[in-house]
Amino acid sequence: MTSPRSSRRRLAAGTAVVVVALLSTAACGGGGGGKSDGNAKAPGFNAAVNKVANASDKKGGTLKFIGTQDADSWDPQRGYYGFMWDFARYYTRQLVSFTPEPGLASTTLKPDLATGLAKVEDGGKTYTYTLKDGLKWEDGSPLTSKDVKYGIERIWAQDVISGGPIYLQQVLDPKGEYKGPYKDTSADKLGLKSIETPDDKTIVFRLPKPNSDFEQMLAMPSGSPVPAAKDTAAKYGLKPFSSGPYKFQSYTPNKSMVLVRNTNWSASTDDLRKALPDKITVTLTTNADDMDKRLINGDYDLDLNATGVGQAARAEVLGKNKANADNPDTGFIRYAVFPTTVKPMDNIHCRKAVILAADHKSLQTARGGPQAGGAIAPNMLPLGIKGADGKYDPYNVLKDTTGNVEEAKKELKACGQPDGFKTTIAVRNNKPIEIATAESLQESLKKVGITTELDEFDGAQTSGIIGAPKTVKSKGYGIIIMGWGADFPSGQGFLQPLVDSRFILESGNNNFAEIKDKAIDGLFDQALTQTDANAAAEVYKQINQKVSEGAYYLPFTFEKNIIWRSSRLTNVYTADAYNGRYDYASLGVQ
Amino acid sequence: MTDLPIQKSGTGADSAPNEPVAGKAKPTAFLEVRDLKVHFPTDDGLVKSVDGLSFQLEKGKTLGIVGESGSGKSVTSLAIMGLHRAGQYGRSKARMSGEIWLEGRELISADPDEVRRLRGKDVAMIFQDPLSAMHPYFTVGAQIVEAYRVHHDVSKAVARKRAIEMLDRVGIPQPDKRVDDYPHQFSGGMRQRAMIAMALSNNPDLLIADEPTTALDVTVQAQILDLIRDLQKEFGSAVIIITHDLGVVAELADDILVMYGGRCVERGPADKVFYEPQHPYTWGLLGSMPRLDRERTERLNPVKGSPPSLINVPSGCAFHPRCPYAELTGGASTTVVPELSEVGSRHHAACHLSAADRERIWTEEIAPKL
Amino acid sequence: MAACGGPGNPRAAAGPSTVLAYIIRRLFAVVVMLLVITLVTFGIFFLIPKWVGVDPATYFIGKQADPASLEGIRKKMGLDDPILVQFGKFLWGLVAGRDYANGTDVTHCSAPCFGYSFRNEQAIWPVLTDRLPVTMQLAAGACVIWVVVGVGTGVVSALKRGSALDRTLMTVALAGVSLPIYFTGMIALAVVVYGLGWIDGQYVPFGESASGWFGGMLLPWVTLAFLYAAMYARMTRATMLEIMGEDYIRTARAKGLREPVVIGKHAMRSTMTPVLTILGMDLGALVGGAILTETTFSLPGIGQAAVKAISDKDFPLILGVTLIAAVAVVVANLLVDLLYAVVDPRVRLS
Repeated sequence: MTSPRSSRRRLAAGTAVVVVALLSTAACGGGGGGKSDGNAKAPGFNAAVNKVANASDKKGGTLKFIGTQDADSWDPQRGYYGFMWDFARYYTRQLVSFTPEPGLASTTLKPDLATGLAKVEDGGKTYTYTLKDGLKWEDGSPLTSKDVKYGIERIWAQDVISGGPIYLQQVLDPKGEYKGPYKDTSADKLGLKSIETPDDKTIVFRLPKPNSDFEQMLAMPSGSPVPAAKDTAAKYGLKPFSSGPYKFQSYTPNKSMVLVRNTNWSASTDDLRKALPDKITVTLTTNADDMDKRLINGDYDLDLNATGVGQAARAEVLGKNKANADNPDTGFIRYAVFPTTVKPMDNIHCRKAVILAADHKSLQTARGGPQAGGAIAPNMLPLGIKGADGKYDPYNVLKDTTGNVEEAKKELKACGQPDGFKTTIAVRNNKPIEIATAESLQESLKKVGITTELDEFDGAQTSGIIGAPKTVKSKGYGIIIMGWGADFPSGQGFLQPLVDSRFILESGNNNFAEIKDKAIDGLFDQALTQTDANAAAEVYKQINQKVSEGAYYLPFTFEKNIIWRSSRLTNVYTADAYNGRYDYASLGVQ
Repeated sequence: MTDLPIQKSGTGADSAPNEPVAGKAKPTAFLEVRDLKVHFPTDDGLVKSVDGLSFQLEKGKTLGIVGESGSGKSVTSLAIMGLHRAGQYGRSKARMSGEIWLEGRELISADPDEVRRLRGKDVAMIFQDPLSAMHPYFTVGAQIVEAYRVHHDVSKAVARKRAIEMLDRVGIPQPDKRVDDYPHQFSGGMRQRAMIAMALSNNPDLLIADEPTTALDVTVQAQILDLIRDLQKEFGSAVIIITHDLGVVAELADDILVMYGGRCVERGPADKVFYEPQHPYTWGLLGSMPRLDRERTERLNPVKGSPPSLINVPSGCAFHPRCPYAELTGGASTTVVPELSEVGSRHHAACHLSAADRERIWTEEIAPKL
Repeated sequence: MAACGGPGNPRAAAGPSTVLAYIIRRLFAVVVMLLVITLVTFGIFFLIPKWVGVDPATYFIGKQADPASLEGIRKKMGLDDPILVQFGKFLWGLVAGRDYANGTDVTHCSAPCFGYSFRNEQAIWPVLTDRLPVTMQLAAGACVIWVVVGVGTGVVSALKRGSALDRTLMTVALAGVSLPIYFTGMIALAVVVYGLGWIDGQYVPFGESASGWFGGMLLPWVTLAFLYAAMYARMTRATMLEIMGEDYIRTARAKGLREPVVIGKHAMRSTMTPVLTILGMDLGALVGGAILTETTFSLPGIGQAAVKAISDKDFPLILGVTLIAAVAVVVANLLVDLLYAVVDPRVRLS
């Protein structure tokens, strides 16, 4: 853990005058700036957004993370939090992974364990990789294709290895024939038929159906190898076995974590990870305001969760400490969605009326304004995804930022509700900002006679309430306030769960509007067979337009964050592949 | 029967209360109180608990101060002890004037620490409710030992021996065992005996007993009074017994002082006050005395009406609102404060009624009913 | 905790055998009480969700809840067993440890088994034993400060009743009682840590650095103690005023004792009895988790675990924390009762 910087003498002096200090609160707020800066100078506001700040190859030092939220699990097959996927690259490697470059370039895949990207054959149904030479686990034993297969197989054991993404399972074994390695009766526990390991260097994936994003799925931590001999099943997340440049030295959930260099990792096999610091520490705290203060003070380098500086410290950060702040896009969209099963939202004109009547400016303000909230979103595809078009603005929200009451009234008439109507807005009770946006929306809808009631539901029960179409219908949720970020940066990863009719689930549904548009579903099928990313992007562009035309969504903002970067961080840049977080694997310290 | 060290004998001097001597001249009496006033400023006004009281007491003699609750009798005793500050009106500073002379020392103007050193040693006190007056968390013995050691530089063992002796002297059986009991393990009468043992452990010259029997059973009352009388003889102390019950003083007191509304309304030798009482209030008290042929039914409120407010004391004679004979004074009772005047040998009363009226009322109306 | 009885009810007669019998009776009552608490807590976290239509198994699984996985969790957790069987297994696990098994997937949980966190697969007991010392250090340190400051303030205030000093102290105490820990904690952090930078203000285990530990614990101690000192000052003042009016205080003065002895020995002895009673309860409750203090200062104690457990819906951990808190309170209650018998002879022998 961190060692206290204060000397005993200062401590004694400090205690003596604590009372005096408490009385002189005038001293508050003084002395920001950071004690561990040394002679470092912050490179400026947004210096690390889509470009490299403090480029350096200097090795050594301790990189200090702090966070308020521990990972759901550090088990590569179980983690689903965005920051975990970013952080996991310290101790896991995948066949392919994201490019260590700023901004959109990061979303391009590069070979990691593999010697190159997949050899795709059989019309997109066979992916073959060859592993690099000299790959080793943290104990020095060789890393083989069988370890990769075993790691991926763990996803099938959802009753033990629960919580992580299951795309690979859905794509490789859509019928669910394999029961996972713990129920595998074969001696080597490698019973999954759709993955073959003809030798220790080769791995072959056989897809029943082509999927152009298959490599994106392999790039997730859930595509990481795990050696069967070291698999501690449910407890694996407490001490994952490292294939990356760092290994776990200690970890106490919700408390702290220390990673040290994995001496068996060889830089010559890995050109994606810079591995600059000698040591990486994570401190988990429970006081977010305290965390912001300590970041500003220089006690830590960055927020592990990167959820943005809190309200209390925002002024201080954007004031004299602005040079230490970045304001990247997170790849999230904040929006309202209209379940088409609830009257009168089944009528497109009523949906359009809501979109047109909304005051986009005040919705943006409720989200936190242009910097802490994000830019007003004209459509449902965020800019970090190929096929996005920031200028596509079918409802003129970028022009009529405060809404267009006249047009809205026309739509109401066309909907057969010229005097407006009544409906319910569902909003998560544990997200104050979402409640504020719901209230803002409520205000602007009043102007056209649409009266709404807020229903604040248990945010922890999302999947069983708004994720259950039956409940949505019975509760009469005409408008739902939500947010969404992609699991992987593609139109499929972002849009398909939201708009494809085949993704409507009885529980845990994300297609809240219950869009059932054959044309949209067809376009996804078309996109998935495209092996060329740019060609697929064109299709996603069309899907996005269809979604806009259907008026299913009222996007509020393309979300932005204000994140802190300590002055001593080197080689720091935001990566679209990690929702605008810094690429952790590239960071170093002065 | 005892091996107590010091035996004090009472002086034979005239011990009846006399007219106070004006000025700060050193008195000859053992205890002399001159024009004592104890006033407490409160939010509601000035409480005149004691308002001009004078009396004398000689060693070996017993003075009974009689009055209803709120008449100022307890405040008087606390004032003599120097304890008036911890009175019933919280920490409001009592205003005192007058003089209290004890064996030639004036106590009101004395240094508080000097008064403290007298407390418990020269003047000791026993209280009404021995259960609440003893600390529940300390043994009886420990409390006596403490009282003794405040004034005697002796070891705990010596003090403990003294405590056992005293417990024995006041009639506690098996004192060497009971010395380690806690107050709640004693019966009411035993507790009061223990209190007396504690009070007498330092051979005080003056013992003040504030309602010493009120909280006790009738049979125990007599035992305690007997004990006080015996001990007084043995120790030769002066004793002030404070009570609302004339029956108690009848058994013990040489002199009686009747208080009403913070002032003395009648005082004199016990037999005079009993057989030739000169104040209507004293008559009322006598009327409520228990009689041998009658079960005592009421103990308090011997006179109809309620005690006077000590903030807004009735004008003239404080007793006039309750006095059945007020109209016989020709209006004086509502306007003029009656002076204490001599009505017999060493017998004083403060009443506007003429001597003839008093004589007639006593012999014709009051005495026959007693 | 009503069934534990307030202090003052034990009626132990003299003699070691009856005292022993009394203690045994009380211990038995404590065990019954804990069983009831366990059952109720267990019911709240494992049965009520089921009654209101939420499958507890879904709490242990991530975004995907496919029927097969849920079935596996249920089997492993024993969620399909009858209520009493589940409770019985839980109790048995506390005493003897247990295995959670679903076919070959076996997780062993050694005694005392409070279950294991389905959030991060840690056994609950080590989590609790890891965190308990931090909470105890917090409670103990703060307790020393608040007893000294609170009782001292209360006594001074009572003796100077009505004075400017009394009014000032009681105003500060009122503020102390009214201000939330989060507020006073953040002010303290803002001034001492961020502003003046005298101390680092972050928890460091004692074994790592004694001065760091002290620097980390100081503000939590002071902040927590401020709240309690305020409460104790008010309570002490009120008790003291009452005691100073007691007849036995007058008796003590009538003996000629010096005022410091009257107050320090006679009055304090009586004043400390209710203070001790409350102190036992407060300490018990604090060991169950000083939630706000630990959250504000990021102390890795029981309270912080409780907050995390609740936000994570980590029911086994919530259950564990609740039971620890219940044990702490019940044991504190028992100790207070026994201590009361030592302090107050009227209770000891009646």
